[in-house]
Amino acid sequence: MTRLLPLLCFILSFNVLAELRATGDLGIVIEREKGNALIVNTTKHTQLAKIEKLGDLSHASVVFSRDERYAFIFGRDGGLSKIDLLQDKLNKRIIQAGNSIGGAISQDGKLIAVSNYEPGGVKVFSSDTLELVADIPAVYGEGKRSKVVGLVDAPGQRFVFSLFDAGEIWLLDLKNPKTPAIKKFLNTGKQPYDAVIAEGRYYIAGLFGESGLALLDLWNPEAGVKRVLPDYVKDDEKLPVYKMPHLEGWAVAGDYLFVPAIGKHEVWIIDKRQWKLIKTIPVLGQPVFVMARPDARQIWVNFAFPDNNQVQIIDANELSLAKTLAPGKAVLHMEFTPRGEQVWLAIRDDNRLAVYDTETLEEIARLPADKPNGIFFSARAHKTGL
Amino acid sequence: MEKLLLLMLFSSAGFASEPSAERQNTLRNMLTNDCGACHGLTLKGGMGPALLPDTLAGKPDEFLAATILDGRKGTAMPPWRQFISHEEALWLIGILRKPES
Ligand code: HEC
Repeated sequence: MTRLLPLLCFILSFNVLAELRATGDLGIVIEREKGNALIVNTTKHTQLAKIEKLGDLSHASVVFSRDERYAFIFGRDGGLSKIDLLQDKLNKRIIQAGNSIGGAISQDGKLIAVSNYEPGGVKVFSSDTLELVADIPAVYGEGKRSKVVGLVDAPGQRFVFSLFDAGEIWLLDLKNPKTPAIKKFLNTGKQPYDAVIAEGRYYIAGLFGESGLALLDLWNPEAGVKRVLPDYVKDDEKLPVYKMPHLEGWAVAGDYLFVPAIGKHEVWIIDKRQWKLIKTIPVLGQPVFVMARPDARQIWVNFAFPDNNQVQIIDANELSLAKTLAPGKAVLHMEFTPRGEQVWLAIRDDNRLAVYDTETLEEIARLPADKPNGIFFSARAHKTGL
Repeated sequence: MEKLLLLMLFSSAGFASEPSAERQNTLRNMLTNDCGACHGLTLKGGMGPALLPDTLAGKPDEFLAATILDGRKGTAMPPWRQFISHEEALWLIGILRKPES
């Protein structure tokens, strides 16, 4: 028996070894109606697990812990779920608000901030325990509360977000989480609907209520929020917008920023040295995501209803349209592999994911998924603003 | 009595022009997916307001149909006239008022 013990130990440890898993090439796919999260492997194009009953995920987004072990899922119904990618299980889930839109993880990975519509504001949690650390109600005017959009993390343990109803941008400093410091920028433009942080420095909010973008340079916040591209789209020229663009994936390629126009079927190219519009590229519908391949050579664009069956690719060198693809019915989201050789598409009405080779632009794999609406790879863990 | 008459009128009009089963399916999908993008998958609200029986109570059908067909200027609510007929808009409002039906 004593002779057998070491052998037994060896066999047992071998078993454990066989199940070891790294998370750097994993991702989360959201099934919007079922409220499920799929854990996928992006190297093998396989589904590893399905985590069920995560609530209303009709507008879900995901951030990853800096060790890439945990995924934090923000649901529409105010749910915040922490998924363990190593053990294929839900680690913890809380309902932190009535209606929420997204979230971010702090520079040091210790804080999770969520932006809420109802009650309007930002709540900050410990990424370890999901315990509440700070509660920032978005109060403006005479005690009214605003929906919060465009929440991103910024260097220096800060978060930046916009108040949709108030037209304000707030800079939240959590170096000392017990005493949050807030710097408010007022009258920054009507109805900011989403925002993005470029290069960890420029916070840019898209405006729905008036034309142009609101720009805050985090290297120089004292200069205040500037308006970029005012008066570009006249009110009477505006086309109906059936889905708000998402700015999260805003593409930066060298000195150029590729931006979805709103109320115009165009992608705008902005030179960020002067914040001037240098070119507009007509596309086939209202752009939703305008995302750069990680090397920024290609810009992929998907569209709002009724043009969401197609995807267009812009050549960032020629600054022109290179190709139109018809991947399937209702392409809702796109996610590049970390170095960009492939891109995954969520095709809602075909109940599947498609993987494209970004060089040949051919489909190379398909995975089943029930009404997928979002794809998030763990490499986001190490990117500011994602 | 007047109310009842009006109700009968409306519901019978609704019946006469009820969309085909296939079209109903498309419209229901549209409601969760495309309207849901702003009003929430369960229509409890998002960027747009909740479209629940309680929140719609007291607002006339024709008023809401006009909102759906023509949108509301100065807000994010877009016009759907290109994709939805007047009858279909009224049918959708019926669904919104009675989600279980
Ligand atoms: C791009 C966002 C968006 C989409 C998509 C959208 N809505 Fe709206 N909707 C809104 C907003 C914002 C309002 C509130 C307008 C206001 O402030 O008066 C609204 C208002 C409404 C109202 C009036 C509610 C009330 O209480 O007065 C109805 C009804 C409505 N929408 C139905 C629909 C239907 C049906 C669809 C799909 C065919 C749809 N909406 C798609 C944004 C949207």
